[in-house]
Amino acid sequence: MSAANPPLLQLSSVAKSFGAVRALRGVSFDLRAGEVHALLGENGAGKSTLIKVITGAHQPDGGTLAMDGGLLEKLSPAAARKLGIACIYQQPALFPDLAVAENIALRLESGGALRKVDWAARRLQAVGLLERIGADISPDAEVRSLSMPEQQLVEIACAIGSGARIVIMDEPTASLTRKEVALLFAVVRDLRSRGVGVVYISHRLEEIFELADRVTVLRDGQSVGTCPVSGMTEAGLIKLMVGREVAQLYPPAEGVAGQVVLALKQLGCAAGGVKNVSLEIRAGEIVGLAGLVGAGRTELARVLFGITPADSGEISLNGRSITVASPQDAVGQGIAYVPEDRRRHGVILEMPIAQNMSMAIHSRIFPAAWLRDGAEARLAQEFIRNLGIKAYGPQAPGGSLSGGNQQKVSLARWLATRPKVLILDEPTQGVDVGAKSEIHKIIRRLAMEGLAVLMISSDLPEVLGMSDRIAVMRGGTITALLPGKSEAHAVMAAALGQNQ
Amino acid sequence: MKRYFRELSVAGALLILLLVLALFAPAFFQPQPLRSLLTREAPTLVVACGMAFVIIIRQIDISVGSQFAVCSVCAGLLAALKWPLVLVLPASVALGALMGAFNGMLVAGLRLPSIVVTLATMVTWREALRWQRQGQFVNLPDNLQWFGLSQSGGQWTLMGAALVVLTLLAWATRHLAAGRFIYAIGSDAEAARLAGLRPQSTTFAVFVFMGALVGLAAMMNVVQSPQVDPKSGSGLELKVIAAAVVGGVAVSGGRGRLWGVFAGLLLLACISPALTHFHVEAYWEKAIQGAIILLAVVADGVRSRKQIR
Repeated sequence: MSAANPPLLQLSSVAKSFGAVRALRGVSFDLRAGEVHALLGENGAGKSTLIKVITGAHQPDGGTLAMDGGLLEKLSPAAARKLGIACIYQQPALFPDLAVAENIALRLESGGALRKVDWAARRLQAVGLLERIGADISPDAEVRSLSMPEQQLVEIACAIGSGARIVIMDEPTASLTRKEVALLFAVVRDLRSRGVGVVYISHRLEEIFELADRVTVLRDGQSVGTCPVSGMTEAGLIKLMVGREVAQLYPPAEGVAGQVVLALKQLGCAAGGVKNVSLEIRAGEIVGLAGLVGAGRTELARVLFGITPADSGEISLNGRSITVASPQDAVGQGIAYVPEDRRRHGVILEMPIAQNMSMAIHSRIFPAAWLRDGAEARLAQEFIRNLGIKAYGPQAPGGSLSGGNQQKVSLARWLATRPKVLILDEPTQGVDVGAKSEIHKIIRRLAMEGLAVLMISSDLPEVLGMSDRIAVMRGGTITALLPGKSEAHAVMAAALGQNQ
Repeated sequence: MKRYFRELSVAGALLILLLVLALFAPAFFQPQPLRSLLTREAPTLVVACGMAFVIIIRQIDISVGSQFAVCSVCAGLLAALKWPLVLVLPASVALGALMGAFNGMLVAGLRLPSIVVTLATMVTWREALRWQRQGQFVNLPDNLQWFGLSQSGGQWTLMGAALVVLTLLAWATRHLAAGRFIYAIGSDAEAARLAGLRPQSTTFAVFVFMGALVGLAAMMNVVQSPQVDPKSGSGLELKVIAAAVVGGVAVSGGRGRLWGVFAGLLLLACISPALTHFHVEAYWEKAIQGAIILLAVVADGVRSRKQIR
């Protein structure tokens, strides 16, 4: 590849903001034909926004995109596809009720709604594409019946079939077994040898070393470095990702863990895929719950909160055995759950934040079934002050707040229930860096006030920095209990099921 | 102001219509025809309030017209058996609540889509009634019409009753915890469930309440004439859904206010007499009502798209 050739894809100082949140503040990135270029960064570093800019789903506010040296302006998803940019998401976007061949055809065929469908040719094309990537999938199978990796392979077949020149893969291995990962890697290498440029996003460092040619690290919406993988070490990459020493980022633990508050004995729930979980959490302690996506962490939280009640084992609170059959039970017992994905399950965007905060405690602040706005406003004011929520007042609708402040509102709702156990599910997902460290400080303060905290997080530095102890889950159960100051690779190894 | 924009624009449209009528067709405001118009709409208003709740929790109930007919006929039969009004009224309300409970059980209990469930009950109640009555009217005892009052006294009573129901319910949505639950569940049922509310029980309760209001409205209709038509209430579901939508209740749930529904209902109800006064053929009524509904839905669509950005 000569230097005179412009790169396949070139992004220069691309910026993108959503309201007050600056998701990208100047990302430069280039992709050559026939390379695998890894994109690395913590959750919230701007990877998904960057993908959406490349696929035309978002228009950048600043900076330029160029393909083969030609500027791309006002890129739309349809135009991006026409140019040969394909994206394979973590959750494949296929039609579950249609057969594999039909799914492939829907992506590749164009033309009027009244054209005659050539079923035989359609099937043949699907067979050919699946064969090319070495996938053992019947073209007549309903997509619903396929496993997640099989669905990803179908997506890849679509990308190849459309003659994609740029393939973006967003954490494709998140829910794959090692064998499936090997198959996927073979397909990626095959793409590379055909001159396709692959943008590969993964949280798994070892995959990047195994597969990628170059790596670009994103941090807080900026590209902080691009370099060949061969000259890099894991430690060096982590340093680039985090930027600062991990210890400085997180508030220190000063309290001493007290009595055991929550004790789980052989807890299981067949419907949630949780089995045989034993764990103790003490007052004043933050237990980090680490593991890969699909390891059963959220499922465990849902069992503890009574959403999918346990069918075996025992939960005890302050030494007393309790049953948690519904969220109402959990709230009554003093268990609070701040769910993942606050946009869907946390804050109700149309409602004022005061109403959002009082939602879980109606019976306490409104004992007579009618609402007393004064009590509600006082509650809201108190939390706005205590948690440093930036909003124009208790009547501001939830949707008008930034992500970090919405998360604080969601937290306030549960603190209002005066819980003994606080379960946090990805508390800083999609929150900007400033708000993130504020939320960390709040969590630590709550623990020091005597709360038992279980914190689920996929953000490894967060787990390492915040936790007094780390429980690692894999396959629906806790496979390792590590001390708080563990090494990242020890947690990762346990999450991957590797014995040291 | 911005929060009430949708309701205020409906109220504004209604005011403009009334103003135009006042200027060019003052005959519209003659007390007697106006009073009969409003009295006719009183039962509709009561049902529209219930429908607003149903739509706010992101459901629909298209069986209200059939429920209305069943309640009317049963109330008429009981009255013909010389039951006093103080017993007939609660019986009609209870019967409505029972039919509402049936819908609610299927929608909340079995989690079936409300459009299908209430389509089925709509047809079932209506056909059962047709088979039972064979199109026969029920003759009512004399003392039932207008509650035994004079015509104007009865009319004032009915209008007053509808306004009392509206005011009470509007107060309740604002000041009772139950009102809050309805909006929370309509905005985001999963978030509400995680916050410890019970979306399924609330949904059931809203359907029961809808039915009870239909029972009340049926009674308010029965007393207006000497006979009960077994076909009464046909098309009622469309009227009240239209009133709710025009009045700013979001079909996507979680948003809407009862006084907006009131304005929406009056707006739609005034079209027909307005046309008469302007000597436009009555055939245009439905077309104009349709255009207003479409306008309301388009306005909501544009608004929510702006919010998503």
